[in-house]
Amino acid sequence: MDKLPPWADAVLVPLISLLLAAMISALVILGIGEDPIAAVKLMITGALGSSYGWGYTLYYATNFIFTGLAFAVASHAGMFNIGSEGQAMIGGLGVAIICLMVPWPHWSIALPAAIAGAAVFGALWALIPAWLQAKRGSHIVITTIMFNIIAAAFLNYMLVNVLRPEGSMDPATAKFPTGAHLPTLHDMLAPVGINFSKSAPANISLLVALIACVLVWILIWRTRLGYEIRALGKSETAARYAGISPTRIIVIAMLISGALSGCMAINNVMGEAEQLLLNATEGAGFIGIAVALMGRNHPLGVFLAAILFGFLYQGGAELALWTSIPRELIVVIQALVILFTGALDNMVRIPLERAFLAFGKGRKT
Amino acid sequence: MDLLSILQVFDSGVRLATPLLLACLAGLFSERAGIFDIGLEGKMLMAAFFSAAVAFVSGSVWLGLLAGIASSLVLSAIHGLASITFRGNQLISGVAINFLATGLTVLIAQDWFKEGGRTPSLSGAARFEPITLPLANSLRDVPVLGPVYYELISGHTILVYLAFLCVPATWWILYRTRFGLRLRAVGENPAAVDTAGVSVVGLRYGAVAICGVLCGVAGAYLATALQAGFVKDMTAQRGYIALAALIFAKWRPWYALWATLLFGLLQAIALRYQNIELGGVVIPVQLMDALPYILTVIILAGFVGKAIPPRAGGEAYSKER
Repeated sequence: MDKLPPWADAVLVPLISLLLAAMISALVILGIGEDPIAAVKLMITGALGSSYGWGYTLYYATNFIFTGLAFAVASHAGMFNIGSEGQAMIGGLGVAIICLMVPWPHWSIALPAAIAGAAVFGALWALIPAWLQAKRGSHIVITTIMFNIIAAAFLNYMLVNVLRPEGSMDPATAKFPTGAHLPTLHDMLAPVGINFSKSAPANISLLVALIACVLVWILIWRTRLGYEIRALGKSETAARYAGISPTRIIVIAMLISGALSGCMAINNVMGEAEQLLLNATEGAGFIGIAVALMGRNHPLGVFLAAILFGFLYQGGAELALWTSIPRELIVVIQALVILFTGALDNMVRIPLERAFLAFGKGRKT
Repeated sequence: MDLLSILQVFDSGVRLATPLLLACLAGLFSERAGIFDIGLEGKMLMAAFFSAAVAFVSGSVWLGLLAGIASSLVLSAIHGLASITFRGNQLISGVAINFLATGLTVLIAQDWFKEGGRTPSLSGAARFEPITLPLANSLRDVPVLGPVYYELISGHTILVYLAFLCVPATWWILYRTRFGLRLRAVGENPAAVDTAGVSVVGLRYGAVAICGVLCGVAGAYLATALQAGFVKDMTAQRGYIALAALIFAKWRPWYALWATLLFGLLQAIALRYQNIELGGVVIPVQLMDALPYILTVIILAGFVGKAIPPRAGGEAYSKER
């Protein structure tokens, strides 16, 4: 009478949901009078057909790994952290302050400092909603939405009134010193004889993101804290009975989540722009939700989903460049993925469960 | 500051409060029935586009309004399907709806009008025009009350008056009708409603549909009354301000009116005065923008009376539990 086998739950359900999302996306492309197959071909050549395309795909994927992991960690604790966007913005502020305050001699010293700055700033921005949820029961979804908007206003103020260099009109910080420039994949792969595109923004942050995946896996499934986080997410009463303090776990899980969101800034602020710009996050915080949902909150799943969304983003940019399909197509696809893998999960799961049940019965008798 | 400029700021506050009020009441119906809706923003945006597009093509703003409501209802139906029928996560569904609207509006606008994701400007019968209330002109010279009547109360579009009428109407429906009693009950204790033989699913779909209609009017107001046409992302996070106002009002209709008026006024002040100097301290415009959200967080923190949401909010109801 039980549910799906684990492999069907982990692979089949998301795959069918993804297929449904893809089919409706194809209908949308047909609806605006374009050829979906040609569009997909163009996206594949644009995003994966050259090291330049790969460089962008991996760059976007790095952002999404961080925000996806952030959403996943909070999810394990039963928290819906929709505030990655704001936490990543404030993380960017931390990176900018660290990179501009100190005349860094070499990136290898600047990077750990920037990671620390990004993590601390991101975590602090998640602290107030976390504390309000844990102590006063204020719904974390509403508070994190509010904090996203407050973060945007705060960043706007900091860039326009405080961090903007004298004489500049743009709401942006000064360029970071050369010692704080991160090596790109081109710099990293040239010594091994691989000629990776020089103009693509993928950089060493990708490795940091991969390490973060491993660390999150260890945290969630191999440590006592991870066990407590998962226990709280499954059942608060059971966790409380087992002597786990919900307040403590909620705050810690949200701090980790905020720190991961903040760390996105080493990729987009330090790695790519090399200065803090207005709207640097470009909605990556929200894509983290889609990535975590698709990846079933598992670091490996998050990694794969992030690559897929990186592909969609770069492919979508190419589409907008070469056809009359606007970039917003990607937002539609993203919405459909969230809808089908997240909200309409039961639409796929219930019929599938019935099918497995019928099949299982037939085999036994 | 003289009376006239104060009145003008308040007048602009009323205009800006109207979409917030409509969206806030929309959220009130939905959340009182136990369906969280963070997709108010998306529904308004969708309605803004379709009302502007149809009003432009047909030349009739009323057809535009209907199209706006219809498009918002489609999104409501998706939200209902996901969160009522399939018992999915209401928050995730709301997030998806917001993205769907952001993407689809620009995609369709570009396909239909080829003006970079906007509709052409509306004019004449394709827009809601301001209405001068009776005697506004002749009473204008009466001291104080005359200008108040002329500047502040008269001279809005019909949708503004409609929005304000929605407040007593909502109060009456919620607290004086059988439907309202059941709707509130389904948000607090759906099992009790079910035991009484009333359909939980039916009531919740009803509430979500009312939410869709009100969001549709709000979106149409943005594109055909407040502004003349649709532009990309024109809701500018009003759906979230409405959500904030709803918490501020603690899910009650009359308080929703005061909360949205306050937030509308804040927007009007931020729009008119870029940086406000108060006793030597300059208040930056960004703080004014963020103020509704900061106030809401303070309310949520429970420092100024506790905001308690409907008890069954956000939870899908399954009969066989």
